[in-house]
Amino acid sequence: MATDSATWAPGGRRPRRWTELLLVVAAVGLAVFGYVEVGVNIDGKAPPDAAQYGAALGVLALLAHGAVRWRAKWADPLLLPIALLLNGIGLVVIYRLDRNTPQHEAAPTQLLWSTLGVGLFIAVLLLLRDHRRLQRYAYIGAFVALVLLVLPVFFPPVYGSRIWITLGPLSFQPGEFAKILLAIFFAAYLAAHRDALALTGRRVLWFQLPLGRVLGPVLLIWAAFVGVLVLETDLGTSLLFFGLFVVMLYVATARTGWIVIGLLLSAVAAVGVGWLSPHVHSRVTDWLHPLASIEAGQGANQIAQSLFAFAWGGELGTGLGLGHSALIGFATKSDFILATVGEELGLTGLLAVFLLYAVLVSRGFRTGIALRDPFGRLLAIGLAALVAIQVFVVAGGVLDLIPLTGMTLPFIAQGGSSVVTNWIIVALLVRMSDLARRPDPGEPA
Amino acid sequence: MRFTRPEGTNGGPQGLPGISTTGRRAATFCMLLIIVLAVQGTRVQVFQKKELDQNSANQRATVQRYAQPRGNLIAGQPVTGSVATGGRLAYQRTYTDGPLYAAVTGYSSQIYGNTQLEGVYDALLTGTDPRLAGWAVWDAITRHQQPGGDVVTTIDPAVQRAAMQGLGNQKGAVAAIEPATGRILALASTPSYDPGSIAGTTDQAAWEKLQADPDQPMLNRALRQIYPPGSTFKVVTAAAALANGTVTDIQAPTGAPYPYVLPGTTTTLNNDTGACNQEGLSLDDAMTMSCNSVMGWLGVQTGLDRMVAMAKNFGFDDAKLDIPVRAARSNFDTDMNASQLALSSIGQYNTAATPLVMAMVAAGAADNGQVMYPQLVDRLTKADGTQVQLMRPTLYRQAFGPGVAAQVRRLMVDVVDNGTGANAQIPGAEVGGKTGTAEHGVDNTGTPYAWFIAWARPAGSTDVPPVAVAVVIADSQASDVTGGGLAAPIAKSVMQTVLNR
Repeated sequence: MATDSATWAPGGRRPRRWTELLLVVAAVGLAVFGYVEVGVNIDGKAPPDAAQYGAALGVLALLAHGAVRWRAKWADPLLLPIALLLNGIGLVVIYRLDRNTPQHEAAPTQLLWSTLGVGLFIAVLLLLRDHRRLQRYAYIGAFVALVLLVLPVFFPPVYGSRIWITLGPLSFQPGEFAKILLAIFFAAYLAAHRDALALTGRRVLWFQLPLGRVLGPVLLIWAAFVGVLVLETDLGTSLLFFGLFVVMLYVATARTGWIVIGLLLSAVAAVGVGWLSPHVHSRVTDWLHPLASIEAGQGANQIAQSLFAFAWGGELGTGLGLGHSALIGFATKSDFILATVGEELGLTGLLAVFLLYAVLVSRGFRTGIALRDPFGRLLAIGLAALVAIQVFVVAGGVLDLIPLTGMTLPFIAQGGSSVVTNWIIVALLVRMSDLARRPDPGEPA
Repeated sequence: MRFTRPEGTNGGPQGLPGISTTGRRAATFCMLLIIVLAVQGTRVQVFQKKELDQNSANQRATVQRYAQPRGNLIAGQPVTGSVATGGRLAYQRTYTDGPLYAAVTGYSSQIYGNTQLEGVYDALLTGTDPRLAGWAVWDAITRHQQPGGDVVTTIDPAVQRAAMQGLGNQKGAVAAIEPATGRILALASTPSYDPGSIAGTTDQAAWEKLQADPDQPMLNRALRQIYPPGSTFKVVTAAAALANGTVTDIQAPTGAPYPYVLPGTTTTLNNDTGACNQEGLSLDDAMTMSCNSVMGWLGVQTGLDRMVAMAKNFGFDDAKLDIPVRAARSNFDTDMNASQLALSSIGQYNTAATPLVMAMVAAGAADNGQVMYPQLVDRLTKADGTQVQLMRPTLYRQAFGPGVAAQVRRLMVDVVDNGTGANAQIPGAEVGGKTGTAEHGVDNTGTPYAWFIAWARPAGSTDVPPVAVAVVIADSQASDVTGGGLAAPIAKSVMQTVLNR
């Protein structure tokens, strides 16, 4: 492998692989430090398997880094370290929460899923040499995604939502995988038809509305997705898909009318669902009045417990292992994991996590803007927007900014499908950023 | 299929902005989403913190309070402890001698909260009081919780025990004060209860039983209940009369009429003792025999304002008498006509006092008119015994001068030596006291409250008496309920314990 200095590009652009390695080492170091801190704070000594844990994480990180070096030399050096750090923080917090539920240990499984995620990250880098090949599979992908989304209807509901497929001890949320396929489909379709979408159509009031036959297929697919999701009462994912759809449509066509239509549609949908579904109605009530159940003498609901956890953390947090987020009582490792971050790492830790997401997202957008092919540009922007919207929907829910919908915080929350999917998203971004930052763009690796 | 359509950085279809522009706008939108999250996080974690932390449904404060052994309350020895529970609330309060000290300690219950000293010094006992921190700023950053500090009370265990034994099965209370300092030596209330029985998370049944008990064992009668003081209040009236020159010589005839008709009415103020039924009794005679007619008349002669002022010197009408546990407000009306003032001057009508305030009356007389602020706590310490705060004696009011004080003491000594307080006599000691038997209930059908207030010092001593005490028996089964008969022996035993130590 050539050293970096030998491959400096004109204009001083460098691959920055050593920067990445430094950050990867720092990310692993932080995760191990957190792991040890949990043990010290709870037991007064480091966990006995801290060394193995550190080694496992280190090997995973180095393998991923090696794959980037080998197959995506010019990739953005921040993407992999941020993904590793977020995944590491997630493992630490899940391990810490396991201490409250010794009979339900989730950290070992999560580590397994993370390994699989990193494995897929490497596989994507090795097998997919040019992201543009994905365009060919856009329609098949959309079909597979729809099938994946319909499947859980045939499985028993979990906590009121039919979004799980359970096979023996394994369970996963196909909606997670579907979101990548949908982003690919949107990117391919919009890249091919953006001119027609942008320029044809008739003017209604101040807005240029597109022709039905151009917009038809994409609206149909999107409606099918959202329909399925509403039937499965998985509102978080429908909100996510809807947001993704509007953002990509706007980015492709520059038509502000889309945003207006999107907001109108979502408002109508929100009010309608809020009326029709008692499940959603109670979520909205809890959002508006998180402390009402206390005043009614029924004790604190989950949102209230989540807010208590955040508040107790204050600016600096209690320290890992020293908070009481177990009081939330339910889904502490998945939907509500951010509350533990807020309680034990404080506002400081919370803002650090938000900052990591912000950098990850902005690097995704930067990749999209730097690329030359419309499909790649739209895909990178779509994937970045996916992460941003998902973080907003989850974190906004547990912070009582928007109604709680129940989704996983990317990389941090417990959930195999989620962590695997996010590793694939980062792999795609790494793959595309390699092309975007290449001194001679257009030549795939 | 391959996309090769050339595109400039900003070239969208037909002059519309290209993806570089719309992508940047979308990026800005996504950054805004995350910024909004950061703002909301700050709002919850910083600006709403206090409110959320203190929410009644938030168990964190309770979890933290019982996360480590609680600091102790000390009366000579620690009278509290902590025991590990193995539950979410790691430790639970224990009491070495619960019923004996319940009126002092209050309770620390994992369900029902903290009261009295347990409540007032909760932060210190829990370990969150900033004064406990070795390095305050560093501890705040690391959130290091200090071991709970201790509260050293002024209670003397022997005196406390004497008070509780004296009260026995009767319903009543004792407050004993060291007059020169205001230190509370005993604070007893019966029937009592064991605060340890309601300390844990599964003690609802014990709590319900205590709440339902008609005898109200959890009522702190020494501090939180007011009773008409009856004739014990005549000490205040006598002091007011002497301090304001209404009477100058306690042996001289007062000019009090007999029968004394309450001004503006046709009702005469009756006496319990026939010997009182004459004109021209001296103040000394009137006190020794506890003559209502003379003392009621004297109160009116002295005047409302002066009576009110004197009563306030001893803590009447003070709604914030914190020792540091807040005492109930003792009442002496400030707006009365002459007949009401006459009744109030003999401790009836709306006059009502806590045993603590009546002990302050005796203490003021004992300490040359200086009424010291009563205090239940001597000092606060860290777990290792290092002093955090020392409570110094403070003057509450200078009620009257030493001359008047000597006359009031003379009156009280005569009550014990020659009058209704004979049961409080202690061999080898000088004892001054005043009995009281206050009627109450509809048409005075209730069992009278039997009072006795007193001070004592070794015979021949000119020092400030080391103890002043107030005793009230609220509901005795005895056939003859009088202050001298029921309350005086208890006061005697309490004072004797102090003199003997």
